[in-house]
Amino acid sequence: MTETAPAIELKGISKSFGPVQANKDISIRVMPGTIHGIIGENGAGKSTLMSILYGFYRADSGEIFINGRKTEIPDSQAAIRAGIGMVFQHFKLVKVFSVLENVVLGAEDGEMLTPSLVKARDELTSLARDYGLNVDPDALIEEIGVGMQQRVEILKALYRQADILILDEPTGVLTPAEADQLFRILARLKDEGKTIILITHKLREIMEITDTVSVMRRGEMTATVKTADTNPTDLAERMVGRKVLLRVDKTPAKPRETIVQVRNLNVTDSAGVHRVKDVSFEIRGGEILGLAGVAGNGQSELLEVLGGYEAATGEVLVNGSPIDLTGAHSDGQSRRARSIAHVPEDRQHEGLIMNFQAWENMAFGYHHDPAYQRNRLLMDNTTIRADTRAKMERFDVRPPDPDLAAKSFSGGNQQKLVLAREIERNPDLLLVGQPTRGVDIGAIEFIHQQIIALRDAGKAILLVSVELDEILGLSDRIAVMFDGRIMGERLPHETDEKELGLLMAGITDTEADHSVAEVEAQLAEAGGAARKEGRA
Amino acid sequence: MTELPRWADVVLVPLINIALAFIVAGLVVLAIGQNPFDMMYFMVKGALGSSSGIGYTLYYTTNFIFTGLAFAVAMNAKLFNIGGEGQAALGGLGAALVLLAVDWPHWTLALPVAVIGAAVFGAGWAAIPAYLQAKRGSHIVITTIMFNFIGAAVIGYLLNGALKKPGQQVPESRSFSDGASLPTFHEMLEPFGIAFNKSAPANVSFLLAIAAAVLVWLLIWRSRIGYEIRAFGNSPGATLYAGISSVRVTIIAMLISGALAGMMAINSVMGQQERLIKDFVEGAGFIGIAVSLMGRNHPFGIVLAAFLFGMLNQGGFELMWEMPEISREMVLVIQALIIIFTGALVNMTRDPIERIFLRLHKKRAA
Repeated sequence: MTETAPAIELKGISKSFGPVQANKDISIRVMPGTIHGIIGENGAGKSTLMSILYGFYRADSGEIFINGRKTEIPDSQAAIRAGIGMVFQHFKLVKVFSVLENVVLGAEDGEMLTPSLVKARDELTSLARDYGLNVDPDALIEEIGVGMQQRVEILKALYRQADILILDEPTGVLTPAEADQLFRILARLKDEGKTIILITHKLREIMEITDTVSVMRRGEMTATVKTADTNPTDLAERMVGRKVLLRVDKTPAKPRETIVQVRNLNVTDSAGVHRVKDVSFEIRGGEILGLAGVAGNGQSELLEVLGGYEAATGEVLVNGSPIDLTGAHSDGQSRRARSIAHVPEDRQHEGLIMNFQAWENMAFGYHHDPAYQRNRLLMDNTTIRADTRAKMERFDVRPPDPDLAAKSFSGGNQQKLVLAREIERNPDLLLVGQPTRGVDIGAIEFIHQQIIALRDAGKAILLVSVELDEILGLSDRIAVMFDGRIMGERLPHETDEKELGLLMAGITDTEADHSVAEVEAQLAEAGGAARKEGRA
Repeated sequence: MTELPRWADVVLVPLINIALAFIVAGLVVLAIGQNPFDMMYFMVKGALGSSSGIGYTLYYTTNFIFTGLAFAVAMNAKLFNIGGEGQAALGGLGAALVLLAVDWPHWTLALPVAVIGAAVFGAGWAAIPAYLQAKRGSHIVITTIMFNFIGAAVIGYLLNGALKKPGQQVPESRSFSDGASLPTFHEMLEPFGIAFNKSAPANVSFLLAIAAAVLVWLLIWRSRIGYEIRAFGNSPGATLYAGISSVRVTIIAMLISGALAGMMAINSVMGQQERLIKDFVEGAGFIGIAVSLMGRNHPFGIVLAAFLFGMLNQGGFELMWEMPEISREMVLVIQALIIIFTGALVNMTRDPIERIFLRLHKKRAA
């Protein structure tokens, strides 16, 4: 019996960017008809490896074998010819084109479009039949949900005759229900003989769907094991290189007096879209309110209103007195004066100035602090530097060098910089958006501890996250937003991902049975709100 | 190490760029059958070979420091103020009005008031595009360049009318009073026993320009508004989060920028011409852009770059005298090459140099 050749075999792949070695002597075998997971922290080298396989980068050394044959992949055209298809984390779709046009784009048969479109329409029908990938070929991309858009990306790859599919963090933008849908499709593709490589940093997904899993750490492949022979704790340890606590360790909340009261808040953005609809809630001291929802259902606007840079109507009381909701340009300053601190969702564009050094970032938003001034005209850079160094050490920011530019820190350390700046102000109300997005497992643990420490000090915390694990783990109460409204409040120990997932899709009678189609349609709508906003 | 050491970035890269520019300029000179070494000799000699040459070089340097600083302040807020030319012209008007209005007894009294006049008019001319950008979203590049034309037209109109010296056909104002005359380098250095050419136009404004450079440095890198300007320039979106008003930053940065451009007139109108003439700016507003880019929008770099451009300007004039075969157009080509290499093509040499440094560093580490 001859052994079947692996669909993909990489031998001794190495790649450096300047002084950084992103991939060190990586060898891997992916058998045909399997789902192979590649897991690792941000910056472990997963994306670089896949970019080499897809022809975006050339390896410094090493060989690629496709179905047993040595293959050169100098560009993505060569990868497509070799039967490799890639579904990127950020979709590469033209939003104002139809599904059909997007599928054909770049794979037209000739100068005239019509024959290609006719052929593609037939092809899509048969792909839908074979793999359960139903999409309306005439719908515009901007009109369909995120999950559907991802299907279009998969269809694009299949239309180009891909036998090997690479998916890069495919569930990052999906709700749990959408992710389940995706996994069903992937299982079907596998049954039909396709080979799938799934890149992710989520342990749950690896355990749920893969046959084999490879772990990467600091550019090296540290292990390849059968998924059945391992468990999440073991994988996490291999990823981080030390023991990690996967669940959040906290004591029950001891709520005190009410700190924040939000009443009938409404936000209409500059384009005239009603983003936040009649939202009311309260947060007490010593309590974390988690706000769950698909990205783009009003959570961001809510944070921006409370952070002082979006106008709203309604009433917000902090410690009993109202805050200004007119959204004037320098309201961020008055918020800080009211002891409201804000860790924004987008640390790279809002929370930090990437070209600024750490100490300059530590003064960001607090540059009016009297302690930071030398005299009426000049700032006291020496004091700011010293203050920064102390805060960096307390928050374990590595390296603790105040003169390093923000862009030189890893994602986790950037986030620690922002948290250090905001939490060290000891605010009465902390607004936190996506605290662990793009942050390594090791740092997540630390960040969660800091947020809980502030709660235990009797402060109010509003947590916005698209990660349900995080919402369930950190929150003392959970509110779910859909289409600008709060659909309901739950207690973390009395709910689960399924119930929250239904609420996120706008379905409130969570006890009743719901058909898959119904949930899907609702999710498309939830995603629709997200896309209109343009930041999903 | 992940990036170029600062000294290499600030000193080595510009030097290599200048060398490259001279090589290419030399090839051009060679192509028209002239000796490139003669060209370089006469340029340097013309700029620095005599106290007259130095006097002119420093005069131009002073102009370029002001307009370069003007561009840099706005650029730190990522506002591309291309209107230095018009702001300088209006600055000239401001200074001239002040100096014509009063029969000044002594320059020490005239100077502060003239500085205020020039700065206020320059800032005023920048204020309108600034307002339109901040409040109405009209692009600052478009509006400032339009205001250059309007500014030139305003000066031309006034010099042909209200400000024209009676009884003559030339579009220029009457001369300022003798008391408003600024001391030249000749007069400043004489008490120390240093001989300096009497007719060279370099004057006390040079010291004013150096002081302005120091103040701009303090403003941008040490003051709170400078912090806000840099924050806005680096990340306009983030300023909302921090509660920094983009309207306020835009307007303040443009006012300071316009004021600095306007102060160029102190050197030219008050220091040299001693009356308001048409087109006294002579392109200094535009050269300021190249000066600032070459100086990496940093006051120290701007002073050095302004000196280089001053040399080029003065050396270019001398070159035309010494080598008649090299026409005025050819001098412009040589100057343009240097601007292209030092300004626009900085990254062309920067990236390879950075790679060489990284390789050396790696080898040392290994």
